[in-house]
Amino acid sequence: MNRLFGAVLWAATALALAFFVVPVAAIFLRVKPGDLISALGSDVARDALRVTLETTVVAQVVIVVVGTPAAYLIATRGFRGRNVVVTLVELPLVLPPAVAGIALLAAFGRFGLLGGTLSAFGLEIAFTRLAVVLAIVFVAGPFFLRTAIAAFEAVDTTLVDASRTLGAGPARTFARVALPLATGGLGAGAALSFARGLGEFGATIMFAGSLQGVTQTLSLAVYEQFDVDFDTALAIGAELVAASAVLLLAVKLIPSWRPSTQSFPIPSAPSASS
Amino acid sequence: MATLHAELSHPLRAFGLELTLDVAPGTLALVGPSGAGKSSVLRAVAGLLSPRSGRVTLGGETWLDTARRVDVPPEQRSVGLVFQDYALFPHLTVRRNVAYGARDRRVVGELLERLRISHLAEARPAEISGGERQRVALARALARRPRVLLLDEPLSALDSHTRATVRGELHEVLGELGLPVLLVTHDFEDAATLADAVGVIVDGRLLQLGAPGELVAAPVDPFVARFTGANVIPGTAVRSDNGLTEVVLDEGGTMWSTDLASGRIALTVYPWEVALSREVPADSAVNHSRAPIARITTLGNRARVVVGPLVAEVTTSSVERLALREGEPVVATFKATAARLLPLA
Repeated sequence: MNRLFGAVLWAATALALAFFVVPVAAIFLRVKPGDLISALGSDVARDALRVTLETTVVAQVVIVVVGTPAAYLIATRGFRGRNVVVTLVELPLVLPPAVAGIALLAAFGRFGLLGGTLSAFGLEIAFTRLAVVLAIVFVAGPFFLRTAIAAFEAVDTTLVDASRTLGAGPARTFARVALPLATGGLGAGAALSFARGLGEFGATIMFAGSLQGVTQTLSLAVYEQFDVDFDTALAIGAELVAASAVLLLAVKLIPSWRPSTQSFPIPSAPSASS
Repeated sequence: MATLHAELSHPLRAFGLELTLDVAPGTLALVGPSGAGKSSVLRAVAGLLSPRSGRVTLGGETWLDTARRVDVPPEQRSVGLVFQDYALFPHLTVRRNVAYGARDRRVVGELLERLRISHLAEARPAEISGGERQRVALARALARRPRVLLLDEPLSALDSHTRATVRGELHEVLGELGLPVLLVTHDFEDAATLADAVGVIVDGRLLQLGAPGELVAAPVDPFVARFTGANVIPGTAVRSDNGLTEVVLDEGGTMWSTDLASGRIALTVYPWEVALSREVPADSAVNHSRAPIARITTLGNRARVVVGPLVAEVTTSSVERLALREGEPVVATFKATAARLLPLA
């Protein structure tokens, strides 16, 4: 009976692994490595890589720069309606991408809620590079915010109190105590949102379209190339697999990114208990 | 050096904190059971808690005056607070922890030297012992050159062996400071060793304030008596004649005291006033209680022996001489002059 149980566990694990690995491996096995690399040299692939890097990096900067202070406030101040705020922040996580796309159009599109006002300032957002950035921020931002809130919540409040009694005001306390102690969590959140941003598809295609060299990201290029040039689609796919794997690995390694040489776990470890 | 003055009124979970304190240069210890509101006093003085109403001043400086809507933020109050679990910054070395609040870099080296932690300067808090962390926390609080020092249970995070050593060191350092020091602890012995004056605080109120010896000699309240280590036995004072009061104990038996009292009282007697013998002795003491020994605990050359409602403190050599063993009957004796009667609330 126990031997059968053990066999079932192994079989299930092997099946799951095979199912996840085979499609990914197929990307690399179907085309010769040399052809993969030369396909990456095509205009479509190069344009898509450039668009993806530019938009994802800008979006990531916006997410981290705005998200970090917002997460600190939400994590550390008890205010009325905090739960509502957290729910609103998390909502884009569960929205279907197509809904996110149409929502962005309804807000920032030419005939959208804010579209008229923006047009008056000469700003057309939909179907531009900026639209790609907005779509990524909307879809990937919550991944960072959620992790960052948890990271700041885990910072021991007595350390913050200690900093205050030592003459540091709230801003200095944030910079010298809360931020360094939350670094691990913030890094993990940034990596997650970066990975989510790289794969963003649904909201982008609806809100920004898929114009080569302008709004066509790697994910969009895979979709468009797959009935034009399957090998190029595969090559771009391989590129995305590699990038995702690197990010995933980075998330796993983050605890050791800490500036300290110590092995205590992130993000806070007051030492009195030992 | 300025005197710290604090008047605080603040609701806590089960009761209200209602307290007025003056701390002159020297050490004042607030003692009381856990949850008595002691830490809230320190937090209010440091500015980490805004009481519902109150006033905190240091010399001519006002830190808090709710009537005038003054509430100076913690970073602008000249206090050093040593937290119960020390709250050292885990991501900084000992030196950078101490330097955190220092305006003058030279102070850091001096303090590391003075508290004998120079050799740990580059270590992180997780790598040093509890006693060392306590010294780092103290150095860090002093590095800001505060005009008031606050200590929250400074010894409770330490094991009993380290505790005695650190208590001695701390006593020495506090003595040299010449600052108003406000310390809170749940341990009367810590308070008596470290402080010039001890205030007993229960349910947010100060029951008695005095030198440690005064509290032991004349506790005003059964709580104070218990905190200073006395046996506290509830009973009823039934009658007084020939200058003695007869007390019927709730748990049975009668005792005599030279204190005059009537009604519900607590009879208190210190363990070192209680003598033990095999038979009822033919001496001047009038209070005898015969009961089996419930427990014998040895502390160095002394032993605490629990007999019925009483704890007696005798030498270990007496324990050996009388061959005292747990479970065997023994007679506990004390004089009527050693029994204090305190009204029970």
